[in-house]
Amino acid sequence: MEFGTKSRKKLITTNKVKDYRYPHHLQLYTDPPTETISLQEFEELAVERLKVLKAVETIGITHQKGTEKYNQLLEKEITATKFKECFIRKRNLSLEEEIENRKRDHMSHFILRLAYCRSEDLRRWFLLQELDLFRYRFQLESSQSRVEFLASNNLKYKPVEKDEQEEVTREMDGLDHLTNSTNKEFYKVPFTEALDLVRNRKVFLRDGYAYVPQEDLVSILLSLFRTQLSHALVVTSRALPNMEEDGRLLPMLCGLSKRYLGQDYGVKKQNVGVVTAEMIELLSKKSFPLCMQNIHASFRQTHHLRHGSRLQYGLFLKGIGLSLEEAMKFFKAEFTKSMDIDTFDKKYSYNIRYNYGKEGKKTDYTPYGCMKIIMNNPPAMGDAHGCPFKHFEAEFLRQRLSSLGVSKDGVDVVMKYTKGGHYQVACAKLFELTHGINDTNSEVEMVIQHPNQYFENSQKLLNGPVKTAKTVKIVSSQQNSQASVANGSQVDVKTEVMDDEMGDDLDLNDEELNMMT
Amino acid sequence: MPDDYNPEALPDLLPLYYKRLFPYGPYFKWLNYGGVPKHYFSHREFSFTLKDDVYIRYLSFTDQQDFEKELQKKCPHKIDLGAVYSHRPKDQKTIKSTAFLAQEKELVFDIDMTDYDDVRFCCSGADICRNCWPLMIMAVKILDRALREDFGFQHILWVYSGRRGIHCWVCDETARTLTAQGRSAIAEYLTLVKGGETVSRKVILPDKLHPSIRHAVDIISKYFLEYIVKKQDLLGDEEKWKKVIAMIPYDQLKSVLAEDFVTVGTNTSTRWAIIKQRLQNAKEKLDLYKYPYVKEEIMLQLCYPRLDINVSKGLNHLLKSPFCIHPKTGRVCVPMDPEKIDDFDPEQVPTVSGLLEELDKVDLVEDDQGKKFRDYKKTSLGRYLDIFDSFLKGLESSRKGKLIEQSDMKMEF
Repeated sequence: MEFGTKSRKKLITTNKVKDYRYPHHLQLYTDPPTETISLQEFEELAVERLKVLKAVETIGITHQKGTEKYNQLLEKEITATKFKECFIRKRNLSLEEEIENRKRDHMSHFILRLAYCRSEDLRRWFLLQELDLFRYRFQLESSQSRVEFLASNNLKYKPVEKDEQEEVTREMDGLDHLTNSTNKEFYKVPFTEALDLVRNRKVFLRDGYAYVPQEDLVSILLSLFRTQLSHALVVTSRALPNMEEDGRLLPMLCGLSKRYLGQDYGVKKQNVGVVTAEMIELLSKKSFPLCMQNIHASFRQTHHLRHGSRLQYGLFLKGIGLSLEEAMKFFKAEFTKSMDIDTFDKKYSYNIRYNYGKEGKKTDYTPYGCMKIIMNNPPAMGDAHGCPFKHFEAEFLRQRLSSLGVSKDGVDVVMKYTKGGHYQVACAKLFELTHGINDTNSEVEMVIQHPNQYFENSQKLLNGPVKTAKTVKIVSSQQNSQASVANGSQVDVKTEVMDDEMGDDLDLNDEELNMMT
Repeated sequence: MPDDYNPEALPDLLPLYYKRLFPYGPYFKWLNYGGVPKHYFSHREFSFTLKDDVYIRYLSFTDQQDFEKELQKKCPHKIDLGAVYSHRPKDQKTIKSTAFLAQEKELVFDIDMTDYDDVRFCCSGADICRNCWPLMIMAVKILDRALREDFGFQHILWVYSGRRGIHCWVCDETARTLTAQGRSAIAEYLTLVKGGETVSRKVILPDKLHPSIRHAVDIISKYFLEYIVKKQDLLGDEEKWKKVIAMIPYDQLKSVLAEDFVTVGTNTSTRWAIIKQRLQNAKEKLDLYKYPYVKEEIMLQLCYPRLDINVSKGLNHLLKSPFCIHPKTGRVCVPMDPEKIDDFDPEQVPTVSGLLEELDKVDLVEDDQGKKFRDYKKTSLGRYLDIFDSFLKGLESSRKGKLIEQSDMKMEF
């Protein structure tokens, strides 16, 4: 038996395997699969990989990536899916099993590419989760295996010579990551190939070259992967119309992508015009998330909004059902308190029509989600946009929270999440506190993914059919999955089980969060 | 310089400026990049702002003559430069939007004095004066060093925007072919001051300083005292020093300093000395000291360049072209020599009206076809054109180097 495992292990690294299509346990998914699979298998692979990606997302929101807790939780979640042997190697597999796993990894990735290439938001979500998954899997590999993987992807960087190394070490004295590291081997890489490290000032730069420490090579790999995948997703989305003839696949793919990103909160026919300019003031107090309340207040105060705020707020209002005419009325009334109508018409009305797809590229833009607001375009001097939990100074946020009537204990809890970088959890807690769902000490039951989701949930609670607060389901993907089941499409009923799992893991996270702080 | 520029006269002055003063030759030479690749000029997006803020995007010109003709015909109040596209921008409407793509552009930076309004007390908004201009000098020195030494760029054109800001055009081939991601990575590498009005402490440094930050602090140190004492009097009264004290992350120290400033401090320089001493004392009690670089953080928040990051990030973002006339001040948007940036005085930059007056006094000369004209290089625009010329020479010599390299490579085969 023992002999058997040894020889299997050997087999995997022999040249024979390297010639095969899957030379390494990890892959960058450059070529699409060509095999034939059954529809059933197609869907199963997709659903299972989605479970993994969803876990990557939720754990990434509540825990700092790369920490021990994060890795543990992720391992637990992945072990619960059918990809456990594929992503987490606990035992030695036979060559056939290993290859089969790599194949499943490969195919499931490409199926989801099809499902998640259709809009920018979908692509962004998929890209983000795939990158995090890759980073997680890469750090599980042995250092030998990592080097092999680099080589198999033609990233043949050489360490710098001794003299140069010493010189660089002297200069690099100031770099963070060197403090705990004894391995001072650097790889000289054109800075354009190490952009993430450059962005965060994690490398020493000289004359256009980044001096990358060995342990940071993964970042280069990730940026390569990101570039390739983001390009491939765009190309795939263009090719998608060709698939429309196949009536079996497309509905399934649409269902898949809807199930896990939540709604896109674009304008739905039935809600256009349900909100008028006059209603905004009142709604803003009752149902707007803090980020929108903040822009609204700033707008009322200064009678002006800068570009970032006009987009973030304008699209949000569109999403809650403000028609173009009403939006124009609303913005005009406020802007013209500080400028004449001519200036408004000339400079700002364009922007409002643009939001509604009437100008420029004529795209019907969808409202920004939380990830976009948190990650992109941080506010500068004079800006009111952004995510208050991420971009406000702690003291200021505290004041804002108490001014909303949140108790001191409540403020402390929200601030605790904010401090840990769990902005969306903090926002959810604020929702619960201001809507009287739970008291300060209970765990957060929902995640806010989108300002419009916050608004809709709030409205449902305030105006919805008579239900006790506790029974209202709030997690967006739950609503979606239920909705799609109700529509009677081919969607698997397994989703409900997954939803429960998701709820579980959130509870768990919070317990652990409490322990950590 | 004559201050008698009158914005109302601009529509009358522009035709003369575009006819007699605009440096078409050097300008075309720049944007043509030696004709490699061939379409570099003709696929470049220009946009004009005409009278009454009429704004036209996606203009393009086949060659220098075409550009000259159109410019003189339209007399735009402002010219913006965009990206080099896959097709001629003027055909934009006839091409599928998915096929019409921005391909290359200089890496650009835009620094605007309004972004410093929370840390300058001499003027605000669109105004600048000698007391806040040192901010721009420091910005040029810090960015120029980083772009050259860290990123290895060589062909950097610095331009005064004509009113309250400066622009930087990095024209190396590696810069022009950068992806949007590459641009944003560089811009973020160069950004230290973060956070809007709700954040009073806008620079937070890690435990160990990155070499580029150390260099920036060194540069700021050379100007700092003179700037905060003589130019801004930054700790002169309570309203001003409150802002500086708010940057310190220790509550205890804050109240101690507020007291010190009244009882011991007499002016900005003594108060700055107090801050330094107090921080030093705190540093020695290591257990109290979470942030080792508070002094540097304050200096950086007050002086480090504040980039409009969105201008740098986008490949298709437009930026005002050099040699435009600023409609409000009448000043020409002129190149600056980063080596001699200390001597650059924005108030000495010639205005369109001043230049036209000067030009009338320049002697007539004949060109090769016997046509008589007055040489615009003889006006006070001349020395700015010299800066531009030496920038162009640099570009050309690197192109030649490359050609030789290429032909050498061919020889081997």
